Amino acid sequence: MFTDFSLLSLLIWLPILGGIWVIILGNNQASIARPIALAVSLVTFLLSLILYFGFDTTTPAMQFTETLSWIPAFNIQYSLGVDGISMPLIILTTFTTVLVIVAGWEVIQDKAAHYMAAFLIMNGLMVGVFAALDAILFYVLWEAMLIPMFLIIGIWGGPNRVYATIKFFLYTFLGSVFMLIALLYLYSQSNSFAILDYHKLAIPMTAQILIFLAFLIAFAVKVPMWPVHTWLPDAHVEAPTGGSVILAAIMLKMGGYGFLRFSLPITPDASQELAWLMISLSLIAIVYISFVALVQQDMKKLIAYSSISHMGFATLGFFLGSSVMGIEGGMVQMISHGFISGALFLSVGVLYDRLHSRQIKDYGGVANTMPKFAMFAVLFAMANSGLPATSGFVGEFLIILASFKVNFWIAFAAATIMILGAAYTLWMIKRVFYGEIGNEGVAALKDINGRETFILATLAIIVLFFGIYPAPMLDVMHSTVEHLVQHIGISKIPN
Amino acid sequence: MTLTLNTTLILPEIIMLTMACVILVLDAYLPKNLKNLTYQLTQGTLIATAILIFATYPEKSELAMNGMFVNDVMSTILKLFILLIVFLAFLYSRQYLQDRKLLKGEYLVLGLFATLGMMIMVSANSLLTIYLGLELLSLSLYTMVAINRDSQQASEAAMKYFVLGALASGMLLYGMSIIYGVTGTLDLNAIAQAISQTTEHKTILVFGLVFIVIGLAFKLGAVPFHVWIPDVYQGAPTAVTLFIASAPKIAAFAMLIRLLADGMQSLHGDWQNILILLSILSMAIGNIIAIAQTNIKRMLAYSTIAHVGYLLLGILTGTKDGYAASMFYVLVYTLMTVGGFGMILLLSRAGFEAERLEDFKGLNQRNPWYAAVMLILMLSMAGIPPMLGFWAKWAVLAQVVQAGLVWLAIIAVIFAIIGVFYYLRVIKLMYFDDAEDLTPITANTDMKIALSANAILILMLGLMPSGLISLCLGALGVN
Repeated sequence: MFTDFSLLSLLIWLPILGGIWVIILGNNQASIARPIALAVSLVTFLLSLILYFGFDTTTPAMQFTETLSWIPAFNIQYSLGVDGISMPLIILTTFTTVLVIVAGWEVIQDKAAHYMAAFLIMNGLMVGVFAALDAILFYVLWEAMLIPMFLIIGIWGGPNRVYATIKFFLYTFLGSVFMLIALLYLYSQSNSFAILDYHKLAIPMTAQILIFLAFLIAFAVKVPMWPVHTWLPDAHVEAPTGGSVILAAIMLKMGGYGFLRFSLPITPDASQELAWLMISLSLIAIVYISFVALVQQDMKKLIAYSSISHMGFATLGFFLGSSVMGIEGGMVQMISHGFISGALFLSVGVLYDRLHSRQIKDYGGVANTMPKFAMFAVLFAMANSGLPATSGFVGEFLIILASFKVNFWIAFAAATIMILGAAYTLWMIKRVFYGEIGNEGVAALKDINGRETFILATLAIIVLFFGIYPAPMLDVMHSTVEHLVQHIGISKIPN
Repeated sequence: MTLTLNTTLILPEIIMLTMACVILVLDAYLPKNLKNLTYQLTQGTLIATAILIFATYPEKSELAMNGMFVNDVMSTILKLFILLIVFLAFLYSRQYLQDRKLLKGEYLVLGLFATLGMMIMVSANSLLTIYLGLELLSLSLYTMVAINRDSQQASEAAMKYFVLGALASGMLLYGMSIIYGVTGTLDLNAIAQAISQTTEHKTILVFGLVFIVIGLAFKLGAVPFHVWIPDVYQGAPTAVTLFIASAPKIAAFAMLIRLLADGMQSLHGDWQNILILLSILSMAIGNIIAIAQTNIKRMLAYSTIAHVGYLLLGILTGTKDGYAASMFYVLVYTLMTVGGFGMILLLSRAGFEAERLEDFKGLNQRNPWYAAVMLILMLSMAGIPPMLGFWAKWAVLAQVVQAGLVWLAIIAVIFAIIGVFYYLRVIKLMYFDDAEDLTPITANTDMKIALSANAILILMLGLMPSGLISLCLGALGVN
């Protein structure tokens, strides 16, 4: 019923054009630019809800598809569509952008219009990445996204921002170019750039392994998986709050999405052959990075390492012998982590805006002066450690369950996240929020205002809702994931 | 083959030559208050020639001047682009040259002669025509580098350029004479035929080929024949650097296609290996050494060397699709380069050369729009989508992979990553650092419009690259 107008194109181009409008308004008219940015992001979010309500959950096929010829000489098309995997991520993207714009409302005074515009343009590009069904369109959007993020970290970031942002750019660019070679190779074999054509293409084992590795470099950097994760803590620490939220909530998910859209269906045999590698890297991320998180002094760094560890959980789910439960668990984990990590970074932002420090030692007893804020922060911390009845629990539970079916020791190692995650998150909460009031700065803290309460309350409701009733999330992805698992089960090696 | 003069086909060249001579004479007699007329006449000549070329858009390849001159779709498109780029080059450099009292009639006339040389190279169908066009171009360029007689640096650059250029011409001529010795003809089609039929003298042919490729590599600036590029780019007045770095590369590309593809396609196996080596070395040396530069002209010089490496990737596949990809690359490259040096000219003013990277510091504070223009240009040169430069790299890489040389594509992207760093550094200086020099940026309106259009074109063509890609494919006769 909604297919008669180009909804996905609207979701991509509306925020981009809105962003350009805001840039033209300029920083001198920031008081007009802010409401416009908010309106654009809100409209985009509301429009993206049409995807959810108009979505047919019974079919794994692409929906809301659009196809236009882009570069006919090379058979490149501007083709968009969503299935159960990409649809929830698109809504997560549009939703997070609204939060980020609200969160930056008063905080960002320097070049405020450009700040808002950068996030709007990012919004459009990120929706495009999830919606693209043409490999080159996907690649163009995937890379283009780096430009606004590079500027966001570099212009509004912390003291060491130049190092962090160049590292971020080069790292992710390094990953992606290998994907480009893989895509060009697939084109030379299939004479098509349609991702769905690649799903059907028969590929010999050696080629599959090489393609898988090329994709792995691209997606592992983005997720990020151990040992190519080092850009993330740097980028997170230096990025402004909004940048951190987008990085953690959306950008990391693109790596996971890439595994589901490219690696698994295009190279299923190599994925099984190299599942041991993926599982090992994921487990290292879960266990080792959790220990790293435990010793962090900087709150943002701690949450950044926690993100790596939680994303390790998602990748573990994807490669657990292609089980529906594992992949669904990974997807739920990604979406829930999008909300929780976003909420945690926003919470750190709330403290940072007041005291301009992210060091744990600069705080203590915040709960005494900011009781409302402490309530939210503790809730998100609980969710981050996977407490039942929060969305953090659902994904982790599904994945641990799926891994039990594969191997007890994998499940055992994975389950340590329950303990370690609780350890580093709650220890941080204890040191920041409880105990004696640490210093005069903390004593003078004002509790969160209406704007901040609104943001955190919205996230809290979502985290609790999906923790108690995850069915809406699982329903939309179920038939797509089932189809994916079936597809992976069939060997693509030509006889 | 019928031997005819067919002068209508070379009408654009004739007009250009006539006008260049007229302007040369006229300029000497113009009173001081009408000196602007020379500039306007020059630009007018470029436009008129372009219109004439466009009006005689050929359906198929046609020969003129007894087979020495060819007019085909490729030559038409390349000539139109050369004229466009030269037009932009003059437009961008006008204010700069005026401030330095260098905007003399000689400069513009030499530019026109250089353009004529390029047009002849593009349409050459015989070894002799290629050489004549090349020398007309080179001799004009040597003089243009030395146009600022009082500058020691420029004179040194001109001397280096002249000596090394003459050496390269010698190499090229030597190679050509060997090819002539074996095949007994100067006509490229006849050479192609002779080479494909003969099985003897293969060694001598390859010997001649090597000299020709060395000559070409010199002119293009491929490593290890690149040493003149950084010195000349840095030493020459920026306006001249802009001229040298842009349009002549199109002519050099045409020369490569005429000699290697049209003339010696059957020796593809032999020249492919040489080109692979040149290409890898250029990408490596160009991208790595550019990182160490503090002078932006010198940095762009090394960036040019790297771009030449990527340009060669398409040609070395030896397929028509590959040639088209390289043609696309060279057109995109000139559009970016002319804009990049245009930005340097924009920031320069009387008595101040914006040559150091630091001169771009805090440009976003000084003028957000030109910072955005430079941002687009730098991202495009780095090959980041959605800028046009990405499609250029994409096109050549696609052909390299198509030709089964996946390993070469991997090497190419690794050096592209290294290259990204120094382009990002320019962006870093403009956006993340505070301005030291707060002089407002002033320029003529026409330059402002042209430079902005240049950047917007790169962005818009990056979003819609189909037309330009099809144009290049059509020029090489692919579907």
